[in-house]
Parts: sequence; structure tokens; C-alpha cells
Amino acid sequence: MALAPDAPKDSFRLSMLIYDTRFRAMTIQVIVLILFGLAVAWLLNNTVQNLAAKGKTFNYSFLWVRAGYDIEQTLIPYTNDSTHFRALLVGLTNTLVVALVGCIGATILGVIVGVLRLSKNWLVARIMTVYVEIFRNIPLLLWILIIYVPISEIAPAPSAFRVTEEMQAAGQAPAASKILFDTVAVTNRGIYAPLPLFSRPLGSVDLGPVSLNLTFLSIVAVLGASILAYRALRARARAVQEATGVRPVTWWKSLMILVLPTALLLAAMGLHLEIPELTRFNFTGGILLQHAFTALTLALILYTGAFIAEIVRAGILAVSKGQTEAAYALGLRPNRTMSLIILPQALRVIIPPLISQYLNLTKNTSLGIAVSYLDLRGTLGGITLNQTGRELECMLLMMLIYLTISLIISAVMNVYNRSVRLKER
Amino acid sequence: MHKTILIGALTAAGLAAGASAAATVDDVKARGELICGSNTGLTGFGAPDANGNWQGFDVALCRAIAAAVLGDPNKVRFVPTTGETRFTALASGEVDVLIRNSTWTFSRDTELAFDFVAVNYYDGQGFMVKKDLGVASAKELDGATVCIQTGTTTELNLADFFKANNMTYTPVNVQDDSQAQQQYLAGACDAYTTDASGLAASRATMADPENHIILPEIISKEPLGPVVRHGDNNWGDIVRWTFYALVTAEEKGITAANVEEVAASSTDPEVRRLLGVEGDMGAKIGLDNEFAKRAIAAVGNYGEIFEANIGEATPIGLARGLNALWTQGGLQYAPPFR
Amino acid sequence: MSETHAATVSYVRDTMLPPAEAPVTERGAIKWLRENLFSGWLNTLLTLIALYIIFVAVRAVMPWLMNSVWNAASLGECRQIVAAAGEGATGACWAVIRDRWHQYMFGFYPRELYWRPVLAFGLLFVALAPVLYYGNRRAELTLTATAGAFVIAVLFALGTPFGIVAAVTVLMAALLALAWAAPKRLVWVTVFYAPVCYLLLWGGSVWAPVTAIAGFALLAAVFVALQPRVGVPVALGAGLVAAVLWWAYPDATVARALSSILPIGLTAVPSTQFGGFLLAITIGVTAISFSLPLGILLALGRQSNMLIVKALSVGFIEFIRGVPLITLLFTASLLLQYFLPPGTNFDIILRVIILVTFFAAAYLAEVIRGGLAALPRGQYEAADSLGLDYWQAQRLVILPQALKISIPGIVSTFIGLFKDTTLVSFVGLMDPLRGVTQIVRADINWKGIYWEPYIFVGAIFFLMCYGMSRYSMYLERKLRTDHR
Repeated sequence: MALAPDAPKDSFRLSMLIYDTRFRAMTIQVIVLILFGLAVAWLLNNTVQNLAAKGKTFNYSFLWVRAGYDIEQTLIPYTNDSTHFRALLVGLTNTLVVALVGCIGATILGVIVGVLRLSKNWLVARIMTVYVEIFRNIPLLLWILIIYVPISEIAPAPSAFRVTEEMQAAGQAPAASKILFDTVAVTNRGIYAPLPLFSRPLGSVDLGPVSLNLTFLSIVAVLGASILAYRALRARARAVQEATGVRPVTWWKSLMILVLPTALLLAAMGLHLEIPELTRFNFTGGILLQHAFTALTLALILYTGAFIAEIVRAGILAVSKGQTEAAYALGLRPNRTMSLIILPQALRVIIPPLISQYLNLTKNTSLGIAVSYLDLRGTLGGITLNQTGRELECMLLMMLIYLTISLIISAVMNVYNRSVRLKER
Repeated sequence: MHKTILIGALTAAGLAAGASAAATVDDVKARGELICGSNTGLTGFGAPDANGNWQGFDVALCRAIAAAVLGDPNKVRFVPTTGETRFTALASGEVDVLIRNSTWTFSRDTELAFDFVAVNYYDGQGFMVKKDLGVASAKELDGATVCIQTGTTTELNLADFFKANNMTYTPVNVQDDSQAQQQYLAGACDAYTTDASGLAASRATMADPENHIILPEIISKEPLGPVVRHGDNNWGDIVRWTFYALVTAEEKGITAANVEEVAASSTDPEVRRLLGVEGDMGAKIGLDNEFAKRAIAAVGNYGEIFEANIGEATPIGLARGLNALWTQGGLQYAPPFR
Repeated sequence: MSETHAATVSYVRDTMLPPAEAPVTERGAIKWLRENLFSGWLNTLLTLIALYIIFVAVRAVMPWLMNSVWNAASLGECRQIVAAAGEGATGACWAVIRDRWHQYMFGFYPRELYWRPVLAFGLLFVALAPVLYYGNRRAELTLTATAGAFVIAVLFALGTPFGIVAAVTVLMAALLALAWAAPKRLVWVTVFYAPVCYLLLWGGSVWAPVTAIAGFALLAAVFVALQPRVGVPVALGAGLVAAVLWWAYPDATVARALSSILPIGLTAVPSTQFGGFLLAITIGVTAISFSLPLGILLALGRQSNMLIVKALSVGFIEFIRGVPLITLLFTASLLLQYFLPPGTNFDIILRVIILVTFFAAAYLAEVIRGGLAALPRGQYEAADSLGLDYWQAQRLVILPQALKISIPGIVSTFIGLFKDTTLVSFVGLMDPLRGVTQIVRADINWKGIYWEPYIFVGAIFFLMCYGMSRYSMYLERKLRTDHR
């Protein structure tokens, strides 16, 4: 070893930046960074010049101007006197509610279809295959447009619900009636559902552009506390079980902890349902789920459900049959086998593609444009943009919001994914 | 491959950048083609037929401008624009002129930096309801559900109208005219509101037009007209005076059929100036003197365009109404050619 | 022993009874029904529900389909014909498709030039043959022959002039001969497909594509000349600079000069004439081809050890994947005018293709990253131990394997992208679904028609996407070479 010559102490030469692997990475990165900086500067410079040429400025003050237009579905209070920012929030909540309902619905549908495709029933398996193939291979846009129509043509008009005096005298029933204990009216204008209202609400705190709804917050707080208490109870039960071998009976305690506080709070605030009533033209009161919402959500559920079904099927097929047999050999019952052996392993295969389906669904809510569902794109990127002519500001803000939503979803789902992932030691 | 095309396009555009800032008319002449921002398809006003030839009331004005500037009414390229993209297309120079039933409003004229050079159709927002609803006036629509197209001025007008009359309504937003018609016919809304011309066109093509009525109230003013970029006054003048030439032609009884004959025989000095027989009207806007003559010969006068595309003889069957000449009680009034 | 016993004892049977026929519930159709449809109360219930659903669907749709009208000039005429079928009858009005099918297929592309997109579409498969089956003569021959037969059949059906059909036949026969004689040479078709396709679709002077290729030739020449002396990175950089300089400055001038000297070319067709499936396929295929190299670079960047390169790649990928495609399309239509130098203005279709390319590249990068991650560590180590440098290792060892694994993913990305091309109607382009349908409905004759165009377009989308997804599943099976 001593004979080995020392590494040549060559002095630094400029060409080493390219040929010496120690420096090359650095050189490339510096060049890339410079190019990137130049590109950004070029874009910014162009933007500034273009704005100046058009006599426009870049600011978001238009968000605090009166919007002046109406939105058909508002989950938070909104009138046409509200600001564009408020309209943005309404759009955002509309986007989120479609995404949420869509993800839940698509998951349920996807799991059912995925399992049924593996069914031994020839007819059912075929129908499910046909469903999956048809929905996966035709653009979502077409499904939205197609579903939008029949729901308005099949359901009865509000006037069909009317009971006139002559009909009463003759003892005739109206052509249509409300379902679910006379509370929900399915009409060709949308679905009128009862609205939970509080006779003694806690009011709200106004914080500039956003206001905090105390009623809602208190419910969330109480529910959260209940869940924490429930977990504490379970932890104690497990501790007892591990110490003594006998698991204490907890189901009635957990039920009480989970339900009672919230129920008491709701009762204290005077919860009641506002049932939609028929007036001159329409039903009033309650919540109106309009066709645009129904069609968009339904199309998203059916379309994404087909993809999820494939994922679920692949996940179940990926667990080898030996696992089931081994579980049976250990004396586990079929449902315990499913919950303890098959599902945890299948989930590991299912979750990552499922996350990307959720992301896709959330992004696809923007296709509400086809039926003018006023989501984030419809309000901020649609009417607000059109009325104010501030495309740069609106589009950038809209992309930022969508990006944030996507990142939050993938972050949350990745945390979950990590928790179910195979932990190799 | 496309990258090279892109770079080529970028450089070509970069070279052209200086020019496009200068004068639209020079660009059009250099290109040999007028680029006209049109609708993505609106019955009677602008849509291509089975052979891809664009036809309609707005389209005719595009052709007239092409005839005036380039001498050929077919040297037009139509770029379909949506409610969202139309103004950007004009502002960015993608189209030379936007003739796409766009309403002239204060903020569009000032804030968006455009010029509405004329009004080729005076429209107004109306309501259509089914006859069996038993409504005779828009004031009786309190609590009704109204179908409305998004991305236009109509939604603001609607909100204002109901507010002013202290009434409430439920909007049903729809994306385009066909969806609105479908929703309205299915009964998803009590009333359908859009420009009265659009209502008439929809009603005309229904299976049972007699069961639908258009309510008498017109709740807004919708002056629709050609739009050009602010600042290029010469181009604005060309569009404006081409349009007024068509109006004047109707006033003077000049048609596509008799324009040559009138040019040869007329003794009316304004007609002679209009048709370029005397004076140098064309030269003052950078064209030749026969620009108006070519426009009229290509598409006919204003009345002829109206009758051929949306008039009472067509299935759309619009009456002239406000769009009659001022001499017949309408609002179409061309400033004098002098 | 047993034999004698059997022979001597009279009460032992010496001939076998013929097997009894299975009980009636265990054979034939009944067995099949019992096992596949009614094997338990749950299955029976499911079967009944399924039958009911099928019944309801058929009852709702059948009369409408049975009363289809194929020959009419307008929707009103259709309605009259249907009304003649009986009181309250409903019927489909396919006459609209008969009248306007060409717009659904080609948009406003001039009718006498339909042979150009058809030929470009056929050549696409010839160009794909070496990519899919490099060196496999039989497969390449089959694909080329099928594409040729398809093109010629379609051209005949379209009533193309005989001269053109003959020329196309000769071209296709030549390609077939090439595929037979030297299947590996067919890769040149792939290399030159892009400019040829551009020329066929947009037309114009032949010199624009030729000079553009000259840029690539310049790149290659500089690279080959410099590479032995200064190494790969510098040579590549110099080549790129030379090529970009060529495209930026003399390219357009030279092309113009050449076309004034020797004006040969095809009738130019502006992008605004593109529409229908022609537009959807143009956008889809262009975007996916150009996004492939970009996606590979992004995937490598994401796997790279270089912090800045990695951060930029991740940022780009996550940004594009985090926003809906429709916002990118609106960016193409509304925002590019702010980001490009003042006065710059180019074709909306080109702008849309660029943004869709970025979109596809981000998704492809993730697909390829999956392929890279699926390679066993040993492959990287083996490449390193052979003394290959980074690019050699990628080119010779890693990428060929990773790309092979990724092909099914790439095909599904393409299917998704192809379906997403319908969104371009929101920026005013004539996609087959909404764009052309809107135009058709604006015709007073067809105003009010709703279902028929959607069903027609949906059926075509289904056929194309289903075909591709089947193909990708076939590939997946073929490429499954478990080496883990």
C-alpha cells in the first residue's frame, strides 16, 4: 500500500468543471439554475411589458367588488350583493362538495363493482365488465352531458305535486309525492331535501372577508372531543385485555360517548328540519340540489367508479390464494380472514392508484363547465373573470387553489398510505 | 418537428410584432385574409353549413369588410370564440375584428380597451315561458326558476331585474343555447331568458312553437356590434364605415343586384360618393374609392342581410323592430357620407 | 387371483354398466344456468335484478332505435316521419350524422383533400411498426399491409380521384416491399414521419419541413464532429446551440428562398379548418410523441442526485399534475399572450398542443419513473461495474428495460389524453364532441337535436379507446418478464 503513489494533487482546471465527475454535477446544476432564472425573468419581463401595453395592473382588489350575479347552489350565505371573493368561496365549497361526494360514492361503487366482477354469477360479472369498459373508454365530458338530460326529463315537474281543491274533493292523489316520510321532493328542477336549521344558533364571528360559523365549529369541537374520548376508552379496554385477558364490554359506553354529547348540543341549539313546501312555481325552503350538481356528481361517480373497480379487482387478485388457505388452516373464520388477512394486503396494492383516482376526480370536477355547475372554475374562472376581464389574476389564483387542494389530498392520502404500508424491518 | 415550427412561428411573430402594433389594415392586406372572430355556432347569426361555409347575419358583415378591404368576400378566416375566450382573442391580435353578438357596455369599452364601432343589431333580453304556465308578464315571475346562459351579460341583467322588482328567482345555469332549450322543454325551468333574437330562434325550431310565448318585457338593452382593439382608429373607421355603407345602401335603395346600375346612373351626390363615382371617400380611410360598392355587391345592403339570415322569411322569423331604418321607426341610422 | 375369482363367481358383474346420465340439474344448459346464475339465494337475486335492469334498458331504448330515420333533410322532417309511425312514437334521427359525418371526422378540412389526413393516419401505423415490433418482419409486414389496405379502402369509399389512389397504392406497396426486404430500415419511416405528417396535414411548401430537418442534421453533424474531441456534453450543447441558431435565423429565410426557386408543395390548409376526430387525433398523437422525450428527461431528473434538477423536475411534474387540464387549456387560450413577448401571436391549436404536451409529459414522467423504479437495483450496479457512464448506462441498460415495462402505462396515458382532447371545445376549437355538435346544432335544420351526435361520437371514442386498451393489456401480458 505504501508503494501506491499518492493521488495526483492536480490543480484545478476549468475543464474539470465538465470532465471531472466531482464537479460536473455542480456545473450542470448551476447552468440549469441560470437557465431557469433566465426563463423566469423572461416570462416576468414579458408579463410586465404586456400588462403595461394593455394598460392593466396586476392586483386582486377586484375580489372585493360587488359580484352582481347569482349562484344557484350556495352552501355558505351568498347573494348577488356579495363580493367576488365570496363568490370564489361559494365556488370553492361547491367544488369541494362535489369532490367529497364523488370520492365517497366512487369508492363505494368501485368496491362493489370490483367485487361483483369477480362474482361467479356469469350475468352479473358480464354486466359489470360491460359497465367498466363502457365508462372507461368514453370521455367523461360525454357522460356529464348525457346524464344531465334524462334526470331533467324523467322526474316529475313541481306542479305534479300540487293537490288542488277539486282533487281533494274527488279524493285523488297528486301525480307525484314527496318521498322519505314526505320530506324529499325529486323534481325535474332538482332534488329538494330538508335543511337542518337551528332555532337557537350560536351566531358567527366576522373576521373580515371570512366569517366563522360558531354553530358549526361547536359541533365539530364536540364531535372531535367525543372521538378522542372514544379512543381513550378503547385504549383502556385494550390495556385491560392485555393485562387480564378479558376485554371489558364497551359497546354501550362508546355509543354513549360518541352520540350523546352531540345529540345534546344539537337539541340545545334547537335542531329542526326545514321541509320544502310547494309554492306558485316551485318548492321553497330546504336545500336544492340542482341537476348540474347531480349530473356532475353522478357522472364522476360512475366514471371514476369504473376505474376504481379495476383497481379493486387487481388488488384482490394480487393477494395469493395461499393466504386465504393459510388463514383457514389457522382456524380463522371467513370474515376474520377477510378483515385480518386479505384486505390489509389488498389495500397495500389498492391505495396508491386509488389516491391518483381521487386526485383525478377532484381535478375533473372542473368539467362542471359543461353543465355550468358554478364551481371554482365557474365562479372565479368563469363569471368573475368574464365580468372583470382580469384573466391573469383569476387564472393564476384558480390554479393555485386547485394545486393546493391536490397537494393536500395527496399529502393526507400519503400519510394514510404510509400507515398501511408493509413495514419491512 | 413542431418545436421547429414553434420556433419558426415565434421568430416570424417576433419579426411581425412591430408590424402588428402598427395598423391592422396593413396586416390584413399583407396576409391577404381577414380574420374574423365569430361565434362557435349561433343559429342565424353565424355558423358554418354542411360544406363548411360560414353563413349568418354577423358573418355577412365580416364578408362585407373583406370585400371592402381585400376585394373578395371569401378571403375571410373565421375563428370561433367562446364567451370566455372572445375578448382575449381580440386583445391578443388573434382576430382582426370580433363580430360575435357582443354587447356594448361601458366597462368593455373602457376597461378592456376595445372600441365598439357600430351597432349592427339592437337586441334586448327577454323571457320565454310555456303558455300553460299562465304568465302574461315578466313581473309575475316571482319565485320562478329561470334558465340562463353563463358567461354573458344576461346573468347580471337578470339579477338586476328581479332585484328592481323586489322578486326572487332560482337560476339554472346552462352552458349553451341547446342545453337551455332542452332544460326549458323538459320543464327544468319555468322561463328561459336570453337575447330576444335567440329566444325567437329557439321558439321557431321547437316542435310546438304555438305553446310557447315570449313575454313582452325586454329587461335590458343589448346593442350588439363589431368590436376592434382600442387605439387603431383607422381600422375602426374601416369597420364602422363599411357597416354604415350597408345601412346607407338600404336607405338609398341600393341592393346587391342593382349596385352597378345605380353607380352608373344615380345622380344623388351622396350615392355617388358612397359608391366611389365621385369624391375620394375610400382614400381617406386607406382604401380605394369603391370599397363600399364592393361590400354592397358582395353581401347586399343591411336590409337584404337581415332578411336573408334572420328576417321574417327565414325560419327564425325576426321582425325588423328596433333594427328598422330610422326612416321606418327603427334605430338604424347611418351618419352621412360626406 | 382376482381374475379367476371374477370369472368363476357368477354374481360378480363382468361388464361395466354404462355411466348413468347426470341428473337433469347437472348437465347442459341447466347446469350452466344453475352454476353460473342461480347458485344460491344471493346469486339468484343478483341475476333477477340484472335481468330486470336489462329489460328496463331495452324497453326504453328499443322503440327509439327501431324508429330510426336515416333519410331526412332536417330535424322537422325526421319528426314528421317518426310521427307517421304512430301516436307518441319516438325515434332516432340519424339523418344528421348522414348529413354531417364528414364534419365530425375532418372538421372543415377541404373535402377534396381528405386523402391527406387519411394517408397521414395510415402512415402513422407504418411509422409505429418499428417502434412496436422492431426487426420482427412478420408483425411489421402485417401492420404495414393492414394500414395500406385501410388507407386504400377508405380512399375508395371517399371517392378520391383515381390518380391519387394509384399514387397512394404505389407508396404503400413500396413500404410493404421495404418491410419485407429490410424490416429494420422501416425505422426511417418513423424518423421522417413527423415532417411528412406535418406536410400532409397542413400542406404548404415542402421546403419548410426540409429546412427544419436540416436543423437536426446540423445538430448531428456538429455533435459527430466535436464529440471525439470535447466529449458528449459539450458536443451536444454546441450542436443544440447551432441547431437553435439555424432555426431562429436563416431557417425561415432559406425555406422562403428555396420555395421561390422551386415552388413545390401541397395546398396549404390553415389550422382553423381542423376539427372533429382529425383534430382530436392530431392533438393526441402530437402531444404524446413530443411528451415522450420530455417525460423521459423529467423522470430522469426526478431520480437524479442533483438537487436543483430534481427540485425543478418535481416542481414541474407536481404543478402540472395538480391542476386540471382545463385550466391549462385556458392558459393556452387566455394567458400565453401575457407570457410571450408583446405582439407574439400564433395558432391556438399550436398553443393547445404545447400545453397538452406539457400535461402529457408530467403524466408520462410518472409512468416512466414507475418503470425505472421497477428495475432491480442490480441492473444499475451491473451497468456501473461495466464502467458505463451515466448516459451510456441509461441508453444501453436502464431505459430500454424501463421503457419496455412502461409501454402499457404509456398507452393508458395516451387513452386518457385522447379522451381529454374533447376539452379543447372550451377554448373554441372544433372537437368532435361539443365543438362540431354545436356547429351542427346552429344549423336551423338540426337545431334541437341532442342525443344522436353524442351517441355517434361516443361510439367512435369507445371503439378507438377500447381497441387501444385491449392492445395495452395484450402488451402487458407479453412483456411480463418477472425478473424479481
